[in-house]
Amino acid sequence: MAPITMNHVTKVYGDGYPAVNDVSLDIADGEFMILVGPSGCGKSTLLRMIVGLEDISSGDMLIGGERVNEKAPRDRNLSMVFQNYALYPHLTVYENIAFPLRLKGVSDEEIKRRVEEAATTLELTEHLQRKPSQLSGGQRQRVAMGRAIVRQASAFLFDEPLSNLDAKLRGQMRTEILRLQRRLDTTTVYVTHDQTEAMTLGDRVAVMRKGVLQQVASPRELYEQPLNLFVAGFIGSPPMNFLPAAIENNQVKLPFLSYPLPREVAAQIGSSDLLIAGIRPEHFADSSLVDENKRDRGITFEVKVDVTEWLGSQQYAYVPFEAPDEITRHLAELQQELDSEHMRTQMIVSLDPASRIRDGAKSELWLDPSRVHLFDPRTGKNLTREMTIAAQAAAAPAPAAPAPAAPAPAAPAPAAAAPAGAGSASTSAAGASATGGPAEPPAAPDGSVRAT
Amino acid sequence: MTSTATAAPPKQRRQRTISIGGAILIVIYTMLPIVWILSLSLKSPGDLTNKKFLPSHWTLGNYRTVFKTSLFTDALRNSIGISLIATVIGVVVATFAAYAIARLDFPGKRAILSLALAIAIFPQVALLGSLFSMWRAVKLYDTWPGLIIPYVSFTLPLSIWVLSAFFREIPWEMEQAAQVDGATAWQAFTKAIVPLAAPGVFTTAIIAFFAAWQDFAFAITLTSTNRARTVPAALAFFTGASQFQQPTTAIAAGAIVVTVPIIILVLVFQRRIVAGLTAGAVKG
Ligand SMILES: Nc1ncnc2c1ncn2[C@@H]1O[C@H](COP(=O)(O)OP(=O)(O)O)[C@@H](O)[C@H]1O
Ligand SMILES: [Mg+2]
Repeated sequence: MAPITMNHVTKVYGDGYPAVNDVSLDIADGEFMILVGPSGCGKSTLLRMIVGLEDISSGDMLIGGERVNEKAPRDRNLSMVFQNYALYPHLTVYENIAFPLRLKGVSDEEIKRRVEEAATTLELTEHLQRKPSQLSGGQRQRVAMGRAIVRQASAFLFDEPLSNLDAKLRGQMRTEILRLQRRLDTTTVYVTHDQTEAMTLGDRVAVMRKGVLQQVASPRELYEQPLNLFVAGFIGSPPMNFLPAAIENNQVKLPFLSYPLPREVAAQIGSSDLLIAGIRPEHFADSSLVDENKRDRGITFEVKVDVTEWLGSQQYAYVPFEAPDEITRHLAELQQELDSEHMRTQMIVSLDPASRIRDGAKSELWLDPSRVHLFDPRTGKNLTREMTIAAQAAAAPAPAAPAPAAPAPAAPAPAAAAPAGAGSASTSAAGASATGGPAEPPAAPDGSVRAT
Repeated sequence: MTSTATAAPPKQRRQRTISIGGAILIVIYTMLPIVWILSLSLKSPGDLTNKKFLPSHWTLGNYRTVFKTSLFTDALRNSIGISLIATVIGVVVATFAAYAIARLDFPGKRAILSLALAIAIFPQVALLGSLFSMWRAVKLYDTWPGLIIPYVSFTLPLSIWVLSAFFREIPWEMEQAAQVDGATAWQAFTKAIVPLAAPGVFTTAIIAFFAAWQDFAFAITLTSTNRARTVPAALAFFTGASQFQQPTTAIAAGAIVVTVPIIILVLVFQRRIVAGLTAGAVKG
């Protein structure tokens, strides 16, 4: 049980490449912090710097207020679950879990008591005398967790612990990890490249890109108020649509509609006349299904739908569009960086399953322009973020926001509302320090809301 | 379609017959000398020229003879002692060296590996003359260390190669997990890495032991008395039960006596090696 603080932590490998670049992050005692980002962005490196397996090139690492830069891993009292579990194949499950205790010289009775307790928690009791090679992937994963929780570590560190499991088991284990963390109330740093895990598990999520921290915020804030193009594109499934937005005569011209340029944005863009508009698929609607009293807030426009996918609880429509070369190039780069599987030259629209919109038809869609994010294509900065925050503060308790992330079955939606203000205080400009997070995790402290 | 489907089985059967036949030929070719030596060792000295493959009278007399001859028993003692010591030293040193090569990045790593390979393929016979003179000068001639030193130096390179390949197969995380769990670097090595490398260590030990056990060139050149002469060298000096008999059958018995332990050793360790390799899976 200890807070973890990083001050301008940097890791430069032998080849001179900064795998982790000037990261500052405060992880509160008992908080569940997620490090997320595309593969190769330096998440594992940062985690390994916390645990002491990787030297820190510059900056300070503090655990429980104490500087640990020069301490060996065994003196940091952290426990870690590795991506491939790193179980000792020559030892039984019992001995694997007991390993850290044996090194400490704990008495045999105490070891027996604590191993059995951990085994009960993780439902491993029948398997204690077996070898890791005789276990299934999920069981091995639980043994690795057992080894982590058996001693009173200051913090748990997970490096993509679920990436070797199949999708169904991953969902189960995700809930299991969350329940365990809530029960033990131990500071946890969890590395993943899977945004569903990031959104469902974390009190706060730190998004990384090429070694640089992009934004640290609650899952909800990341989804609704992304600081830049990268975060906006990374969080959300299906991903946010990026459309070219030409600025002409104080109008924002998107491929299918135009609307007045918001004053706040006009003040920021200077003379540039081409922006990128980001619109979440679910912010579109079939205009025939929009409430009368809501209709006036948005704009109705006509598109030609290419393909529709009806999934029962949801319906997606794909609408192709043309984009100028400059924007296409920016988006192609972004897409490559995000390992995105979606083609962005088409727009994805999430519709009510009751909608009658069909393939190849001309259809009327509806969009509230205040939900559109505008990004500067050169810096990636979200120009409408302040507006979104203000609008949401005004609409305070409105439960209108749709559930983020993929429609995973077992995924508990991050229902605990982030306390207003807590999130916004925790973020600052992209790439710069993201320290100064809230002293308390923004989630409901009893955990019951999320762990169900 | 149908014609190829029906034509396939006879073809497969023919291939199987050929490969089984080939296997039998190879076994006969390799086993024949050994069986012949075994048969010789069971003939009485006078029966040597009976022009038959099998003895006219089966006898264990040759074995009694060799175990009564101090030339042989001393040599057996020397062989066991020298081979074991050379193996232990070689394997321990090779384990540390291979670990360093597999795990650490240090300047000259490639140079060391290339040098090791160069030594491994170096023609050992070329060294015999100079070693002979040198050992006489430094009083290592006809001593145990005089043989142990060349055996260690010539088995070390191969041992290092074999073991570093094994260490490279062991995931880094194994050791890092141990360190995070509270182990010192030494504990991580002994408790997490060495047990996993055990099959590799056994393989290496067997290779090293063989090399020392069956060496003839060094043994004949660097020894002169029963003090350090090993069995392969001693067999050449064998005279049998009396001066007036052909020592062939006794030599055959001696050869069998030094071969059997090797066969047993291989069978025992082979099981361990296979068991160790299949139990070692980290993830599935
Ligand atoms: N030992 C190393 N030497 C040099 N570069 C490394 C080393 N380990 C990782 N890197 C580089 O650092 C970057 C971040 O790696 P990593 O932290 O493993 O990424 P992630 O876990 O986010 O996928 C990558 O570009 C990788 O190539
Ligand atoms: Mg990684």
